[in-house]
Amino acid sequence: MASNSNSSERQRIAQQRLRIIAGHLQKHEDGESGLIATECKAEAAGSNGANKGTMPKKRQEVMKWNGWGYSDSKFLFNKKGQAEFTGKRYRLSGMILPSLQEWFENTFGASVKQHKSPATPALNPGALPPPNLNAAFLKDLKATGIPFSHEADDRVFRAHGHCLHEIFALREGRGFQRVPDTVVWPNCHNDVVKIVEMACKHNVCVIPYGGGTSVTGALECPPNETRSIVSLDTSQMNHILWLDEKNLVARIEAGIIGQDLERLLNERGYCTGHEPDSMEFSSLGGWVATRASGMKKNIYGNIEDLVVHMKVVTPRGVFEKSCQGPRMSTGPDIHHFILGSEGTLGVVTEVTMKIRPIPEYQKYGSVVFPNFEAGVACLREVAKQRCAPASIRLMDNEQFQFGHALKPQVSSIFTNFVEGLKKFYITKFKGFDPHQLCVATLLFEGDRERVLQHEKQVYDIAAKFGGLAAGEDNGQRGYILTFVIAYLRDLGLEYYVVAESFETSVPWDRVLDLCRNVKERITRECKERGVQFQPLTSCRVTQTYDAGACVYFYFAFNYRGLADPVRTYEQVEHAARDEILSNGGSLSHHHGVGKLRKEWMKESISDVGLGMLKSVKDQLNSERPKWLHSFQVSRPCVSRNVQAECLSTTQQCIRLHLTHCKNRCQ
Amino acid sequence: MASATLYSQRDPMLKKRDDFEDILEERRKSSDLKYALRCYAPVLYKGLTPCKANMLKNMVLQSDNVKYVINQVSLESGEALDIVHEEASVILEEMAHRLQISTVRFFAYALTKAFKTIFQHICVNMDGIQRLQQAIQEHPVVLLPSHRSYMDFLLMSYILYTYDLALPVIAAGMDFMGMKIIGEMLRMSGAFFIRRSFGGDKLYWAVFSEYVKTMLRNGFAPIEFFLEGTRSRTCKSLTPKTGLLNIVMEPFFKGEVFDVHLVPVSISYERILEETLYARELLGVPKPKESTSGLLKARRILSENYGSIHVYFGQPVSVRSLAQGTINRSKYTLVPRHLPRKPMEETQSFVNDTAYRIVRLQEDSMVLKPWVLMASLLLQNLEGLELSVLTEQTLWLRGLAQCYGAFMDWPDHAPAAKVVSSSLALHKGLVCVSEGWVSLVVGEPQVPMTAEEALFNRAVSVLSCASYRNQVLHVFIRPAILAVAMHNADSSKKDEVYNCFSFLYTMFSNEFILCPGDTVQDFDEACYLLVKSGAVQTLQQGIVGTDRSQPILSFLKGLLDSFLQGYQLVCRFLREEASDGLTEKQYVPAVRSFAVKLILAGNLRCYEVLSSDMQKNALAALLRTGAVRKVKIADQVTLKVNKMALNSFEDTLGGHLPTQKAVLARL
Repeated sequence: MASNSNSSERQRIAQQRLRIIAGHLQKHEDGESGLIATECKAEAAGSNGANKGTMPKKRQEVMKWNGWGYSDSKFLFNKKGQAEFTGKRYRLSGMILPSLQEWFENTFGASVKQHKSPATPALNPGALPPPNLNAAFLKDLKATGIPFSHEADDRVFRAHGHCLHEIFALREGRGFQRVPDTVVWPNCHNDVVKIVEMACKHNVCVIPYGGGTSVTGALECPPNETRSIVSLDTSQMNHILWLDEKNLVARIEAGIIGQDLERLLNERGYCTGHEPDSMEFSSLGGWVATRASGMKKNIYGNIEDLVVHMKVVTPRGVFEKSCQGPRMSTGPDIHHFILGSEGTLGVVTEVTMKIRPIPEYQKYGSVVFPNFEAGVACLREVAKQRCAPASIRLMDNEQFQFGHALKPQVSSIFTNFVEGLKKFYITKFKGFDPHQLCVATLLFEGDRERVLQHEKQVYDIAAKFGGLAAGEDNGQRGYILTFVIAYLRDLGLEYYVVAESFETSVPWDRVLDLCRNVKERITRECKERGVQFQPLTSCRVTQTYDAGACVYFYFAFNYRGLADPVRTYEQVEHAARDEILSNGGSLSHHHGVGKLRKEWMKESISDVGLGMLKSVKDQLNSERPKWLHSFQVSRPCVSRNVQAECLSTTQQCIRLHLTHCKNRCQ
Repeated sequence: MASATLYSQRDPMLKKRDDFEDILEERRKSSDLKYALRCYAPVLYKGLTPCKANMLKNMVLQSDNVKYVINQVSLESGEALDIVHEEASVILEEMAHRLQISTVRFFAYALTKAFKTIFQHICVNMDGIQRLQQAIQEHPVVLLPSHRSYMDFLLMSYILYTYDLALPVIAAGMDFMGMKIIGEMLRMSGAFFIRRSFGGDKLYWAVFSEYVKTMLRNGFAPIEFFLEGTRSRTCKSLTPKTGLLNIVMEPFFKGEVFDVHLVPVSISYERILEETLYARELLGVPKPKESTSGLLKARRILSENYGSIHVYFGQPVSVRSLAQGTINRSKYTLVPRHLPRKPMEETQSFVNDTAYRIVRLQEDSMVLKPWVLMASLLLQNLEGLELSVLTEQTLWLRGLAQCYGAFMDWPDHAPAAKVVSSSLALHKGLVCVSEGWVSLVVGEPQVPMTAEEALFNRAVSVLSCASYRNQVLHVFIRPAILAVAMHNADSSKKDEVYNCFSFLYTMFSNEFILCPGDTVQDFDEACYLLVKSGAVQTLQQGIVGTDRSQPILSFLKGLLDSFLQGYQLVCRFLREEASDGLTEKQYVPAVRSFAVKLILAGNLRCYEVLSSDMQKNALAALLRTGAVRKVKIADQVTLKVNKMALNSFEDTLGGHLPTQKAVLARL
């Protein structure tokens, strides 16, 4: 029996390899693929000489192993109890934030002096399961010369995203039940083809890893996976292969992270305009795989509007369109299988993306509204008139106050005085209630004249809804904060505060009801689950569309006195998501589904819809024996389940679970 | 959501009975005028959008929903938009309340004077008031009082004013508007008027529902209406109407409010103002039209003693926690919220269940006086009882009622004889005691009467008495049905008894509060109660009586006896007398004269059969089960009868078994 299946297996693999090779040969008919053989080396020359990405192979050398972002940048309360932000990388770095402590203690009932919940200082490699290695695979892998590692810190780093439960587990030193056994760093598309091929051959799982900023649990390894798991780290595929100024597109390797991509394009006078809040760390492939959305989508579009062409390695072979026409009517757009596939169908290796000349002029702005209702009405009107600036975001009162708490120390008395005057004008003269008012932040882009014209139009609309222009500074600070805000969760975790964010999209007429009901639901659920302190619930409208808006929630609470804060947190978040769906919100606007939200997938897209996705997945793995399809995942340590086995299963040899990215804090 | 914390499963015995406070006590001690003019500053809903009654009207007419329907009506009827708009605003004008604190103060003054004269106590449960105060701040609140008397809504507003709570706006029947000045005054004290029927009138429905919803969403005031739809003439709860309940729940289904809290309120009168009026009405004397002069004539009631009133504000019921797991609100997200839509099936059944639930909660917290027990006993002994026997049996029945979870108001530390005699004194219009023999009062014998008049007088006193017995029916109804079922069933096997139970349950579900879907649950409850009172044992083989069972079971059977007889009579009438031409309108008088004939001939001893309420309920049950059908011929609705089915119903109700199987098959 065994030998029988062995031989058929071998036969099958041989056939498959032939098919893949045939696929490659066929492509030689179009011009570009002539480069395949040399691609790996050619790219460097093609994109302006040696190009070192920000992300080294050993990410833990620059990045925190148990928290967000760079190791050198973090919030802390110094000995005087004042908050400061360390490092040199951000505008806020090295600054003192005098009002943060008071806000923090008042909001959460936390105590900076008394109640600390410090993290385990370092990774304990002993707590890790030993790698489950597949000798045959390794042998082939070594032969290719693609770099790889079995080291504990490399493996743990790629075993998680940035969900609360993941970070919490790391901080507690608990680690994970199952982590990848091998990490590989392909250098180019062909390397990925080889890896996937070998994985198929040797029955090994592959989990693509891009920026590692997932907040959907997509990177978690199924605890009872018995096959060897390979984490395919795309960070070394970070080159711009070519740039076409006639058509304003660029061919880019999918492992490149947002900040590198923008920097490289800027050097040549271009940009993509795609700026998710996680763009420092998230990767192009991840954006594609999660249907990412950028802050400036009003001008540049979301990722699905930006992608012109893509190359994807699947277990069945490489998949790409035969031309780069700007729009096609050739059946359903196959790109849309990949956009949002979250790594379940294949590895995105190269993408042709639209580029734009860097805008001549940029201007920030802000508007204060007497209350959230007025603000939403204004945003709705702006969307109706289709005159939204590059970015327009409306923060609720809680977030406005939070923003205030993050104001750096002002050096001059004069600035202090002006601030006071402003406050007086708004609250006393204009009669805005400081516990009701909210702020919209704006970013305009384009040529100077147009920007100024546009600005006036938007402020005029705002005035109709009682909005008062509140200056450039406030606006700019709002956007700077989006990059550092993710660091704040780590600060909270030091003092018994857990925090997370989640998002949705919702039709205009339901925005207010949804925001109110979700906040109220969170507050009630916390109370019922024994959370001793009032939770922080805050939301902002971050994107406007013709037919609705994207709403982003922050949710945090002090967990002192709770036995299992993560579980409580998850139950509350679960209830909040139920509430969102009941109020007409979507399962996700840009974070994706992952394992965190897979249980709602059926409800969201119907049985038939799910079946359609499944059949695509089956097609890509159709030559696998049937019995292997029933692979089940159960996850004892985490209560929510693996994203749609429907979407993500692990067929015989390949578990493609891409999660390069999350567009955090959009 | 932990529904348990918000809505606890009913368990009559575990329910903590709250302390009552007599609100008249203070009134008797202090100035009424000062009370009427005191500072009134109620707590308000936290999400309140402050607005005046007039702004409210504007908001309603400008709402998407009303605008949409105006458009549609205009398209369909070909009338100009502004004409339809005008129509809408006339409807609203006719409907809307004009809540004014000055009028409320006037009522506070006048009612205090009246209440102090006719009532001994008005007792209100303090915990309920506190819970209500809390609820009003957190969520839109809907007050759902029981409805036994015109007094109900004046009383409700009076109590809320007394406790400095937000005054409710009250859905009242249009008939009140006929009362000239009073109608307007009621309007100014918060009543809004709705037509009794507006079946097909889209515009009316739109304006009406939007009006209610706008007040609810804005948190303008608690909304109050009567689930039973109208005053119960018989003092048993009426099967609930769900139209308005559906309207007040919709803002929750559509996500416009986080939650809606329903507060059941049980108002129990020791003696109802309309007592004999109701009995006459049930016997076919038409109800007097509401008029101001009528009210003035009725002022003779001021000279009588109507005992005390108990008002119990129940635990607020969160619609959100009730709907948890039943209603998928996301289904409401696929259609714009302002489009009028028929409620979905699952919603309809949820609203229906909730309505039954609330009515049962009302029933459970009705405060029962010793007299209702005495009335039940007297009705089973129409020729009268010895006072000592009555006292003894009343005490026994009190034990049984309490065992079944009745909420009794039995004076502490008073000897039973005194309790009984003071009850008899209060109800001296209904009952007389001569030489230690207690019996129902029958008319004034000195006036010469025809046999029919005498019968009529007798019926008035029986029906009046029955209206007190009816107040305790909800305590006994499930065990009573079971007792009859045990009696009727072939054997004591559980499933046979259940079949009989289920048949009776279905037949009587227009008569009593028996929620159609709850048969099994109620059967279990009935078994539990009978076992608990020691009347039966449930063994493996089935349900059997014990040696102690006789008095209990025969009392319970006796309770239902007149209903069984009444339903049988209706079957018999339809079978024997109903020609094909019998119209729906002729039905009640025809049954009545049929029954009168039988009683006069000495073939029937049951006077309750003469009650039009019972006759209508019986017909409704027969229509529901298909034994009778309505056929519309020309403008007349006639009744078409299935004699076979009626025959077997009649037999089964009478406890004759042979045809039962066939009946059940048809059910």
